[in-house]
Amino acid sequence: MSASIHISLSAEPIFYIGSFPVTNSMFTSLIVSALIIAFALAANRSFKKTDRPSGLQNLAEFIVESFYHFTHSITGNMGKAQAFMPWVATFFIVIMINNWSGLIPGVGYIFVPEAEPPVETSAQRSLLPQVQATTTEAETITERETNPTSEAVSEHASSVEGKSVPLFRAGTADLNLTLALGLISVFMIQFFGFRYQGLSYISKYLNFSSPINFFIGILELISEFGKIISFGFRLFGNIFAGEVLIGVLMYLTKVLVPVPFYGLEIFVGMIQAVVFSMLSLVLFNMATIGHHEEH
Amino acid sequence: MTTDFAVALVMGLGSIGPGLAIGLLVGKGLEAIGRNPEAAGKIQTNMVLGIAFAEAIAIYALVVALILKFV
Repeated sequence: MSASIHISLSAEPIFYIGSFPVTNSMFTSLIVSALIIAFALAANRSFKKTDRPSGLQNLAEFIVESFYHFTHSITGNMGKAQAFMPWVATFFIVIMINNWSGLIPGVGYIFVPEAEPPVETSAQRSLLPQVQATTTEAETITERETNPTSEAVSEHASSVEGKSVPLFRAGTADLNLTLALGLISVFMIQFFGFRYQGLSYISKYLNFSSPINFFIGILELISEFGKIISFGFRLFGNIFAGEVLIGVLMYLTKVLVPVPFYGLEIFVGMIQAVVFSMLSLVLFNMATIGHHEEH
Repeated sequence: MTTDFAVALVMGLGSIGPGLAIGLLVGKGLEAIGRNPEAAGKIQTNMVLGIAFAEAIAIYALVVALILKFV
């Protein structure tokens, strides 16, 4: 009888700073951000003005140039491409690396005891990551000093205190991060709309020229909120469902069958980043073009 | 018990629409590429965008199913 599977819709806190819970997905996304920033700093450190860059600078220039090319192919206008490209590139890189971070071996597999809210003064809150065995063989390696006699993960965990939670979890498998990204994207749509069209951008939502246009304006406003929800849930649903899929497959069939689904998850991680950034870019562009061309 | 039924129904019924939608989209996309192979890049880009939109609806159903099952 194998250990039970651990699936949780919301991210669990692993430790508390004061009374602020830091969840495992927050922790993982911080690590990913630190890696991305470290790459950017490293590429910037040895910057040479040359026509033949090499090494890290070459890679960085390739990435930047690809994003410029991609953005320009949709906007067609170099000024707009320069304004939109940082957002598109950031969305793409952050989302893709965060999606892929959920596939690294060890993520979702290394457990720590659940942190308790700081109301009660808990004595032992050990944050040592402890590798949790998921098979029943007694000779599997555990680093815990307590005696691992029980088999199910939940029983295993209760021998410490409370239950165990994974130490790492993909950042985008948390609805908070994806909703935040959706909010940022939709806010930037409005920002670019106002910047390129001035105050007449508000006529997209408040249009008093005719009753029909007034209701269309209200519908457009509702649809902006729908965009926030759809951005957030599309990304969250894809990545979280991928995690659940891999977890269930590993639980049911231990070897060989999860491998093609791992490949699918790598692909999906990239595609969702492409979709998010391309959709944001298209919406930025549509907001700046204006809807007065049919008149 | 009824929750299990609800979960299964949500997923099953929720996949019909997006499945049809994606099939139609890709069909039209392939047709367009066949008529105009030079524009294959643009057609493909927009096709993938449309597929992601259609898939999002199936993902909404999946999220409801997951919430029903695990919360």
